[in-house]
Amino acid sequence: MTDRSSTVAVVVLFPDLLGTYGDGGNGLVLHRRLQWRGIASDLLEVPSGSPVPETAQLYLLGGGEDAPQTEAARELGTDGPLHRAVEAGAVVLAVCAGMQICGVSFPDNQGRPQEGLGLLDCVTVKTDEPRAVGELLVDADDRFGLPPLTGFENHGGRTRPGPSATTLGGVRAGVGNGDGTEGVLADHGDGRGKVLGTYLHGPALARNPALADVLLAWALGMAPADLAPLPEADAEADALRAVRLSAATRGNLDGVAHRTWRDRLTRRS
Amino acid sequence: MAPSAPLPLRSRAAVAAGRAVAGASKVARLGTGSVVGGNVALRLDPGLLRRLTAGRRIVIVSGTNGKTTTTALLRAALATAGPVASNALGANMPPGIVAALGRAEPGAAAALEVDERWVPAVLEAVDSATLVLLNLSRDQLDRSHEVRKIAETWRAACAAPAVQRVIANADDPLVAWAAGDAAEVVWVGTGGWWTLDASGCPACGGRIVFDADGWACTACGFSRPEPSWALAPGHEVVVHGEERIELDLGLPGRANAANAAMVLAAADGYGIAPAHALPAMRTVQSVAGRYRTADIDGVSVRMLLAKNPAGWQEAIDMLAPPPRPVVAAINARIADGRDPSWLWDVPYERLAGRYVVATGERRHDLAVRLRYAQVDHGVAESLDGAVAMAAAEGDDDAVDLIANYTAFQDYLDQVGREP
Ligand SMILES: [Zn+2]
Repeated sequence: MTDRSSTVAVVVLFPDLLGTYGDGGNGLVLHRRLQWRGIASDLLEVPSGSPVPETAQLYLLGGGEDAPQTEAARELGTDGPLHRAVEAGAVVLAVCAGMQICGVSFPDNQGRPQEGLGLLDCVTVKTDEPRAVGELLVDADDRFGLPPLTGFENHGGRTRPGPSATTLGGVRAGVGNGDGTEGVLADHGDGRGKVLGTYLHGPALARNPALADVLLAWALGMAPADLAPLPEADAEADALRAVRLSAATRGNLDGVAHRTWRDRLTRRS
Repeated sequence: MAPSAPLPLRSRAAVAAGRAVAGASKVARLGTGSVVGGNVALRLDPGLLRRLTAGRRIVIVSGTNGKTTTTALLRAALATAGPVASNALGANMPPGIVAALGRAEPGAAAALEVDERWVPAVLEAVDSATLVLLNLSRDQLDRSHEVRKIAETWRAACAAPAVQRVIANADDPLVAWAAGDAAEVVWVGTGGWWTLDASGCPACGGRIVFDADGWACTACGFSRPEPSWALAPGHEVVVHGEERIELDLGLPGRANAANAAMVLAAADGYGIAPAHALPAMRTVQSVAGRYRTADIDGVSVRMLLAKNPAGWQEAIDMLAPPPRPVVAAINARIADGRDPSWLWDVPYERLAGRYVVATGERRHDLAVRLRYAQVDHGVAESLDGAVAMAAAEGDDDAVDLIANYTAFQDYLDQVGREP
């Protein structure tokens, strides 16, 4: 294992099961943003069936289809290496199917509830609502100090945050959790690592470098503002963000009508 | 082979009506018109596909990548033995197929590209066919992309009595699974290269491991079938482990060499020997605009199409060596899939050492991806601007262009569809 005093290990878990939406890119973004700041980093892809390292600082779970999602949850269990890593302070970003399996329960391909990893206080259910597919725009909760978050979502389930959960923010365009909120955070504030789930992909950290830096700051035990700025890379991300924010707020995607959760609640079409 | 029976009156009327509409839509500049015409003909006579295919040699080509090019090579190979009908421009669903066959002379063989989701439906409508199965990988993420489900439907379709023979890529586990129940399979070794969508065993859900010798499931023993035709390094095809055939194609890249190996195996099944087929296949140098070279303001631009991660991997193999600059174009319209997050599954790191200009409607998504791949790059809004910007970084007024589907079609319109 890497020496955690000098090298930050970023682990992409089960890319063969949970890598449908380019989510492996989140690992690359974290790895490069560490490297570009002169912080040594290892990027490890751990396929299913391989031992999951317990001493990395950052773990990533991505999106996947129903059957691979259930398999990933079965392998990670309810008290496995990932749980011990979080106990020791590791940070987890779990996207889409990855967030669903981190919750208390999630639906399998028959819609039956399966036991999740229990790392997030949320329950994901199948509803008769249509699949949520499209641009997702989120106003992050004030606690994160983040600009609006942009991503693409593509999921059938709806996620109900539990009483101890904090959400990532409120949905401005798109569906997110399905109740006007988006994402789920577990922040115990007791030395355990933070676990953040979200429906944003694209991948999320490429579109939202400030969110990448929040995760890095959590993992490094510092404030995001103390991370060295990366002006060249982030100017390029800003150009992308400007286009995606305007596409999402215009309420259309390059000419295709896109209904938001507000439209549905108010029965506008 | 029995000569095809004359079409019943209703079918002839349907074909005629389809032709008339195709003609009108050409006049109205709605593209090539073949799909519009085929739709009208099918509405008039739903049994038309069966009647139009009856009594012909039918070879169906399907897969995620390489369908159009493989069909063009197949058409050239089969044409050495007689007339061939083909939906050569990629209109690969039943209306396009009907339009192509409606124009064909009686008894002509048919080399048909078929969309991977339409393979079972087309097979249901033909009495006898050879099936060429190239590969299966992820494509268009925001559609109901389920590569595995397609493999399942192929497997059921391959077992149908109409399928005389399947020419199957032994190096794609999903294809190997799909062809497994067919009465006769000719396995072709194409070299393993895209493993992202095939790591879960299609037979048991276990884990598939790949190495230099092939692949195998660690749980159930499902493994690479021994191929009778195999692509070897240097673009040679080895037949039955003995005869070596040099391809020397007019098309670039490993992927096209693999496509050609599949075609040689298919043509051989119809008694057309490689020595006979290859000279005709070598005359194919561009396919629906792919691989052609266009002149844009004095810069020679070679046009490559790549629609998904596996296709990009293939196209990167076809690039001229550095320092030849590259223009990379990405759109995310409906036909492309609205979600370009698959850009992060493309090994753009392999472009390091080249200067790349990102263009297309999603150029900023691509620019961010190239940034994290640490590839030297610029961004330009238009094709002309991108070509000029790229050429300024090269040394011989030549650039390679790789574009995804709708970007490629737009550029073809811009430079003129005929070279
Ligand atoms: Zn197996």
